[in-house]
Amino acid sequence: MTRVVAGTDLAKRIALHVPGSVVTSNSSEASVRSDALHETLRFLRDDEDLDFQFLNSVSAVDYVEYFELVYHLTSLRRNSSCVVKSRLYSRDEPTVQSVVDLWRGAELQEREIFDLMGIMFEGHPNMKRILLWEGFPGHPLRKDFIR
Amino acid sequence: MAIRTEPVTINMGPQHPSTHGVFRLRVTFDGEVVVDVEPVFGYLHRGTEKLAEERSYVQIVTLTDRLDYVSSMSNNLAYVRSVEKLAGLEVPERGQYLRVISAELQRMASHFIATGFMLQELGAFGTPLMYCFRERERILELFEMLCGARITLSYMRPGGVLQDAPEEFWPALDTLIGEMPRYIDELEGLITTNEIVLARTRGIGVVPPDLAVSGSLTGPMLRASGVQWDIRKADPYEIYDRVEFEIPIGYDGDTYDRYYVRIQEMRQSIRIIEQCVEQIEEGPVLTDGPFFVRPPVGDAYAAVEGPKGELGFYLVSDGGISPYRCKIRAPSFINLTVLRDMLVGWKLADLIIIFGSTDVVLGEVDR
Repeated sequence: MTRVVAGTDLAKRIALHVPGSVVTSNSSEASVRSDALHETLRFLRDDEDLDFQFLNSVSAVDYVEYFELVYHLTSLRRNSSCVVKSRLYSRDEPTVQSVVDLWRGAELQEREIFDLMGIMFEGHPNMKRILLWEGFPGHPLRKDFIR
Repeated sequence: MAIRTEPVTINMGPQHPSTHGVFRLRVTFDGEVVVDVEPVFGYLHRGTEKLAEERSYVQIVTLTDRLDYVSSMSNNLAYVRSVEKLAGLEVPERGQYLRVISAELQRMASHFIATGFMLQELGAFGTPLMYCFRERERILELFEMLCGARITLSYMRPGGVLQDAPEEFWPALDTLIGEMPRYIDELEGLITTNEIVLARTRGIGVVPPDLAVSGSLTGPMLRASGVQWDIRKADPYEIYDRVEFEIPIGYDGDTYDRYYVRIQEMRQSIRIIEQCVEQIEEGPVLTDGPFFVRPPVGDAYAAVEGPKGELGFYLVSDGGISPYRCKIRAPSFINLTVLRDMLVGWKLADLIIIFGSTDVVLGEVDR
């Protein structure tokens, strides 16, 4: 069975290497500050004991007061997984650093999030719409989207 | 002395027989050699994730049928497992066996399509594809017995499956899995050691293992590169821990390996179904529960090993009858991340076959 690394354990490790980044943590996930997200994910990928080399998926959820990015990570070698979340409080121009330099697999997913949710990823090699066409008004997966 | 040439940009698709649906590739050629590729998505975008936010949990099952429309069973399974994880529903044992049997049948059907279209794209027009469709047809007939539908199945429900298999299903299934190894041998006899196929596919479109992992590839694409990772083994769901099977892997990560991994997976699927038929016992197939599932507030991500790779659903519940957010982790979509790396440097004729070997379904790419 894939071992789920508890968010609290994750938070302890992250706090040692990227101080001040963890906001909250519970048994299933760790939530980190958005400006420390990239550094935290790099640590999770490169750490010998954690070894999260595989990015399952990047998701974005619109909770109206904030956007939440959810990263599902897996270590193929250790057969373990973890969930990292991060909140973005801006509605006009939510921006976060891209993780394409860590995992190529994020490339299309981040473009999709930009297209449908309107979150900008800084440092993405090709940040433009993917499923909808250029000039489409708004970002349809936002809760306040009206046709 | 090299002849100076100018690059030419060509649109391949969206209407093109080898694009597996409506997919457009903007390809820049230098003579016959691909120098740049830009995939253009979205021609089949139906906003499934947004539609899901306005439907009840059971209704969404019908939406999942239309994602990867050649493997609806696997889509159903991935979705209902995610709902069950979110709502804490149990599935009766017989329901789990029926799910695994139908998911493995679907895997075979999907791999038949992948293999048939690969031959079609090599230029063997029509006949080999029809051989594959002939066998797939028999699988669809079994699905028709289970739920009355052939393509858009909606057979699974949160908490089990729609209904038990009818009596005539079991002898028909026995006949099919008895004859299937011979069909696969026949198909392999045409392809596996075929000189033309070998010349056209070996060493073409190579994905090295480190790129496969970094690019989040899953399914046969990942395993062809030599990474032994299968969710059915790594994190067994349903009753996969009670059956014996192997994970076939490739070594070179080329187009041929991707084909051959699929053929071997079909053989493993037969093994799984045989064991399921032996082990299955009488009992209920669906848990009693309200039609409108109301999971507690929270989120859950569950994934299954679909024919194309890791198919996952990330659901967020606000306690209502429909999900607050339903994110689909579509393997076809994410497998296309490395398309450019696979194609650059190869010729136009190779482009078609390399793209074909990724086995994408545009319903899942665009959602």
